[in-house]
Amino acid sequence: MSHDFEEEFAGYGDNVASATRVTPGHALRPEDIALQDAPPAADNGEYAVWLGDDSLILAQRLAWWISRAPEMEEDIALGNIGLDLLGHARSFLTYGGKSIGKTEDDLAYWREEDEFRSVHLVEVPGQDFGLTIARQLFFSVYLELLYTRLLNSTDATLAAISAKALKEVEYHVDHATQWMLRLGGGTEESARRIQHSLEVMWPYAHELFVDEPLHERLAATGVAALPSSLKEDWDRRVTAVIEESGLAMPAAKDALCRGRRGEHTEHLGYLLAEMQVLARKFPGATW
Amino acid sequence: MSTTAATPSTVADDEGRAAFDALIAADGRIEPRDWMPEDYRKTLIRQVSQHAHSEIIGMQPEANWITRAPSLKRKAILMAKVQDEAGHGLYLYSAAETLGATRDEMVEALIEGKAKYSSIFNYPTRSWADVGAIGWLVDGAAIANQVPLCRASYAPYGRAMVRICKEESFHQRQGFEILLTLANGTPEQKAMAQDAVNRFYAPALMMFGPPDDASPNSKQSMAWHIKRFSNDDLRQRFVGMIVEQVKVLGLTLPDPELRYDEETKQWIHQELDWVEFMDVIKGKGPCNAQRLERRRVAHEDGAWVREAAAEYARKQQLKLAEASGKAA
Ligand SMILES: [Fe+2]
Ligand SMILES: [Fe+2]
Repeated sequence: MSHDFEEEFAGYGDNVASATRVTPGHALRPEDIALQDAPPAADNGEYAVWLGDDSLILAQRLAWWISRAPEMEEDIALGNIGLDLLGHARSFLTYGGKSIGKTEDDLAYWREEDEFRSVHLVEVPGQDFGLTIARQLFFSVYLELLYTRLLNSTDATLAAISAKALKEVEYHVDHATQWMLRLGGGTEESARRIQHSLEVMWPYAHELFVDEPLHERLAATGVAALPSSLKEDWDRRVTAVIEESGLAMPAAKDALCRGRRGEHTEHLGYLLAEMQVLARKFPGATW
Repeated sequence: MSTTAATPSTVADDEGRAAFDALIAADGRIEPRDWMPEDYRKTLIRQVSQHAHSEIIGMQPEANWITRAPSLKRKAILMAKVQDEAGHGLYLYSAAETLGATRDEMVEALIEGKAKYSSIFNYPTRSWADVGAIGWLVDGAAIANQVPLCRASYAPYGRAMVRICKEESFHQRQGFEILLTLANGTPEQKAMAQDAVNRFYAPALMMFGPPDDASPNSKQSMAWHIKRFSNDDLRQRFVGMIVEQVKVLGLTLPDPELRYDEETKQWIHQELDWVEFMDVIKGKGPCNAQRLERRRVAHEDGAWVREAAAEYARKQQLKLAEASGKAA
């Protein structure tokens, strides 16, 4: 042995981390919110849970791609986007849960389907790259516009979580846009498939802009932005990407969606059954 | 390397070999453009590509639990960990490409079942505790194997390993923490942890490869300073590590024969089932077919996307060329 083992392994101990981001940086980790921030008012808390639910469900959908993506680089990219969204969800759910004495895990694992407030767009399966990219375009542009508005929220915690999330969501928009251009301007097959994917996802997009009474109350106090007020910018941005990709605006009809009232797609039950199965086998357990 | 000699390749080869031998003797590093013996190149392509395949296939057993992770924090950590493994695969494919192999060729060999990868990933992850056992034992064994590879004589391989080893330490720790939490949890959780350790212990020990007297290629790899320690030496070091760590976990290793022999300064462990090991390597493990099929389906289902990206790039090139043509 030319080298001693101890010498060889020196320096490979603790204090090294994953290259990938595990929790949101910038000190706004769910753990910090749980410890430091005062509990939100009931409406603010409810709103935070709505935001958290959208991101949590989409993160769960995106996680499916890890080990299945068209390129290994996309295993990493889609996984990273999912991880970002999961981080945002954890912060929102932690904050929202404080108003009712619940943790992020209480909310994620122990609510029933009709207690979730996610929109239908994030619930539908996207086990096809075109479907995933179409949804990412619709949802990421919405999130970017929403979080930009929430920077000015009178709720300081919501503003801070949004500020942190916004930087990541800008990348998500860019990722979706780059793929739209490639699929739209690539081969005949890819153009046909992404056009079809836009049609499949389109019926659910409008729900992002539906104003519920909660939004109206919170918009009046400057906590939230009215979803409907984001629609014009969203239309303009999404239309620009679709046109630049050489594709047509989808013509599919809007579906009746009431996710914010706890009325969900047929798909959410399966997603939750899978997500919650292990936690529910061990009530009260620590992981 | 231009020379006007009558038999340029021979002269160049002689010079190259002398330089190569001198570099190895001085424990120096070989860069991609340096002359190297064909066998050295082939050995490295085989080893580095197998290593890359292991990272990529190794994503699957743990990805199996991402959607069911029992807390959001664990889900986030596991997603980050599995993604890191994809990153490792990519660094290693790049390192292999510097030796003249192409990623397409390597991926194709994997999908067609012609390439090997670490046989431990052909075992299923039946419980959440398996994610902990993989992190602790499999990433732990990987660290023991890979830290010495940071000084491999082929420089791009060594550089890739430096990046990878930093992340592997995080991987091992998260696995250990999963097991520690389970071992201190309910009796069912503790039993789940023990069961996972029972199943992954022997396959983890076999990750270091056959015993030295049955490992014919090892000697040459050591002479070339690719490998720094023998399979058995690495296995010994690993056993010494986990014997201590398992005490902290409050679990046991499923090996009634395990003891330290003061005279030989060696760990004595149970006989490992090398017949099963060879069977699994040859494709007969519980999940070989499933793992390769997943890779094949992902690759084939993604073909239209890769073709689109290539076609788009070609059209962009064309546009650029036209634009510069007009400008000129
Ligand atoms: Fe790795
Ligand atoms: Fe690892």
